[in-house]
Order: sequence, then C-alpha cells, then structure tokens
Amino acid sequence: MSNSSRCAACKSLRRKCPQDCVLAPYFPSNNPQRFSWVHKIFGASNITKMLQQLPVELRGEAADCMAMEAYLRVENPVYGSVGIIYQYQQQIIEVQNEIIKINGEIAVYNALLQHQQLQQHQDSFFSTDNDFNL
Amino acid sequence: MASSSSYNSPCAACKFLRRKCMPGCIFAPYFPPEEPQKFANVHKIFGASNVTKLLNELLPHQREDAVNSLAYEAEARVRDPVYGCVGAISFLQRQVQRLQKELDAANADLIRFACNEIPTALPVPPGVSSIQPMVPRQRPVEFSRRIGNEGDAFYQPPSYSHPYILPWSDNPSGDINDGGGEGNNM
Repeated sequence: MSNSSRCAACKSLRRKCPQDCVLAPYFPSNNPQRFSWVHKIFGASNITKMLQQLPVELRGEAADCMAMEAYLRVENPVYGSVGIIYQYQQQIIEVQNEIIKINGEIAVYNALLQHQQLQQHQDSFFSTDNDFNL
Repeated sequence: MASSSSYNSPCAACKFLRRKCMPGCIFAPYFPPEEPQKFANVHKIFGASNVTKLLNELLPHQREDAVNSLAYEAEARVRDPVYGCVGAISFLQRQVQRLQKELDAANADLIRFACNEIPTALPVPPGVSSIQPMVPRQRPVEFSRRIGNEGDAFYQPPSYSHPYILPWSDNPSGDINDGGGEGNNM
C-alpha cells in the first residue's frame, strides 16, 4: 500500500504503510474507528505481535474478534466482553426457567384433557347401558 | 484485598516488571504475588501501560471488577489466540437463539391447549364439571429490554434483539481480507 493510501493503522500511527504491512488487510483506511478501538485497548505492537503469531488464514477472524473485544471494552470499560457473556448466561437461565414453567402448564392441560375424555367415555358408556334397560 | 506494596513482597505486576513496588502501586491491590499468571496474561495481551491507563480512567470501586474481567479476557485469548472470549459469546448467542425457538414452540403448544384445540365435537354429558382453560402465557417480553433494566451497578448493553453480528456466523469462509469493516461496522 503506497503512502497515498495508507491503512487505518499506519495513518493513525503516522507512519509509512509498507507493502507487507501486517495490519493493512484488517484495518482498512475506510474504517479508522476500528483501529482506534484496538489501539486503545490492546496497543498497536501487541496486536501486530498477536497477528504475526497466527497463520495468515486465521488472522482475519482474529482481527475481527479483537476489534469486537476492543469495542466492547471501550463501550463498557469495567466489564467489556465479560459483561456480554454474563448477560447471555442470565438470559439462558431465564429462558430455560420459562420453558420449564410452560412445559408444566402443558402437562396440566394434558392431564385435564385426559381426565375429561375419560369421564366423557364413562358417562356415554353408562347411558348406553341404561338404554338396554328400557 | 491487602496491598502487596509493602516491604515484604512486591505485587505480581512489579515482580514481573522487575521494579520496586511502591506504596500506592495501582496494580498491587489486584495482582497479588500469589497469582503471577494473572498479571502475566494481562501483560501479554493488553500491556502494562494500557492497563494502567484503563484503571486510571475508572473509579477505585470499579477497578477490581475491571481487572478481573481483563484477566478473564486475557486468559481466554491466551488459550484461544484466534477467538478469545468472543468464542464464548458466539456459543452463548447460538444457545440463546436455540432456546428462544424452543420457547416459541412451547408457547405455541400452550396456546393451542388454552384456546381449546381439544375437540369440541364430543358431547358434554350433564354433570361433568366444566374445565376452565388457563390463561395462555403471554410471550415473554423481549429479553433485550428486560435484561438491560436489571441492577443499577450493571452496564446496560445495546439491544439484544439484534445481537452483535459475529463475522463468521453467516459466512464462515467470509471476507477475511476485507478487514470486517463493512459488514458490521467493526
């Protein structure tokens, strides 16, 4: 990438963007915010090191995850991504409890239905029997 | 949490950084010397100066939780250098979606019963007590709204009716070289 189109990382760091810039594929110049999050939370040299330690085919996903973690930490400086994990865990418990309650209610309905059907069957049996006695 | 910045032993951070642990060391309350790995992970992923800056921006009562969550994220990233704790978020997100579908199906079953999909063609003999259907359970309020309102100490996240779109969730082989900047504004 030439100087005239530096990646967001090199622009932010005010340096030349070499052809083999490690960060350029993952921090395009049209999204400066993404690099600013990552720079604030991880630091440019940390993220460069972490990406360099990965095979090239995995770096994109790693960069996306780190961008997400950084964004979540900027939005929530105390809990970051862990806050989201906790929220989902609470949500799962609530939904599971809801399902258990509903299944309980369905079981009651089933029991009532079976009771109703049994009574109707018994009553129709006895009224048929009466007919024979006429 | 007792400060380790005493004459006795430096905190794990100062030990790692090979420096004197001064009174008032910002790391000392949260990185006791008995847990060296905690600081090692945090230092590896975030760096000491970034953590210092982050902690300085918080109120003192928030710092312990912040350090513990940073330590959790750092450990997750050390174990999984590609996905870190975003892997856990993705897993939980899928679990929530699966459970929501299960809940919808259970609600639909309940509504069928409550609205008497029981065949009404059967004659109702005299003397049979009428069975009052229960009020069908209303579909729970969107969890996004409920969860965000609980607890004043808790951060209120953005709406979960549209959870964070993970880069690989729809398109696993997707635009890696795109930098992911277009699909989800990250």
